[in-house]
Amino acid sequence: MLATLIIVFREVIEAALVLSIVAAATAGVAHRNRWLAIGVGAGLTGAVIVAAFAGRISSSLEGSGQEIFNASVLFLAVLMLGWHNVWMGRHGRELAMEMNAVGKAVSTGARPLYAVAIAVGVAILREGSEVVLFLYGIASTGVDGANLLAGGLAGLVIGAALGFALYKGLVNLSTKMLFGVTSWLILLLAAGMAATGAKYLVQAGILSAMGPALWDTSWLLDDSSVFGKMIHVLTGYAARPLPIQLIFYVVTLVGIGTMMKLFGSAPSTNNKKTVLA
Amino acid sequence: MNKMVLIGGAALVAVAVVAGVMLSGRETDGSETVAANDETPTVEISIENHLFSPAEVELPADQKVKLVIKNLDPTPEEFESHELNREKIIAGNSEGVIYVGPLKAGTYPFYGEFNEDTAQGKIIVK
Repeated sequence: MLATLIIVFREVIEAALVLSIVAAATAGVAHRNRWLAIGVGAGLTGAVIVAAFAGRISSSLEGSGQEIFNASVLFLAVLMLGWHNVWMGRHGRELAMEMNAVGKAVSTGARPLYAVAIAVGVAILREGSEVVLFLYGIASTGVDGANLLAGGLAGLVIGAALGFALYKGLVNLSTKMLFGVTSWLILLLAAGMAATGAKYLVQAGILSAMGPALWDTSWLLDDSSVFGKMIHVLTGYAARPLPIQLIFYVVTLVGIGTMMKLFGSAPSTNNKKTVLA
Repeated sequence: MNKMVLIGGAALVAVAVVAGVMLSGRETDGSETVAANDETPTVEISIENHLFSPAEVELPADQKVKLVIKNLDPTPEEFESHELNREKIIAGNSEGVIYVGPLKAGTYPFYGEFNEDTAQGKIIVK
């Protein structure tokens, strides 16, 4: 039962952390709950559908369908998270400075909530389909199925609780801190997702790893352990990263970061002056 | 303005992917193995009753190898190896492909995450 709990927890934790970070980043924004609910609902529905067609997805594209699917979904999430961050770089500071007046107006308007909904949806889709497959496998084994299923559900609940705890911790920050912290978390999340996407393309034989793993720090922090997995999600940490993963990580980090600076700089300087005065 | 940012983001990802594919092409051209899939050595591993068969696989060093994992059980399994940096779910009664390597000589254990007690195996690279 404990083994089941840990397996499910490991699958759930990524989606739970993604959800909690973007929920914190969009705290107080009008219609945000509706968009997040759409993301979660679509993700769960998609997870069941993907699980049902897992065999067909896996054997498609010369047996690498699963990797190409996972990589596509990850890159889509990277785009959406990046897009949201760049938008926030542009408008977020106005929002943080004048939360009550302009902020509310800005946040109700053009904020790309569909982008965070898609990011949440695909995270749940990807991890959720694995949970569904795993629990289905257990359920069909019979005798001790019920016991194992309980472990799986416990893993689900603990993962969700941890995500909720992170959310609570984040929204307790001051508005200004929250903006900075969630921007960074989303940036790291996106970079880590891009690196994982690259790994799937290597596994599919499409992309070269560009050499053996750069280092092996699994003795220090194993990224398949429960704690290691959380650090992996939050920072993109990998115990045995391939060179191509590092390239994707850095390109994403620098790319989104540069665009945030580029498109966010004009209003931010104005606001800084306002704060100082 | 917004459109510009979105296009910029899309372009960035596209550039990264294209660069990666180009670099991958360049590397495979230079090595002794050929890039074409059908010339990559293929090794089959089946899963039956939550056991790998063969449980010990010998692979050549410094070469990309195509592993075909056939799951003969009705239940799904996740092929996982931390040492190989690979993980893949293989649905019940289906098969999947995993490319590994080029690998250095050594032993690379793998296991089935959904049935870890029995599903154990290793790849020995010589």
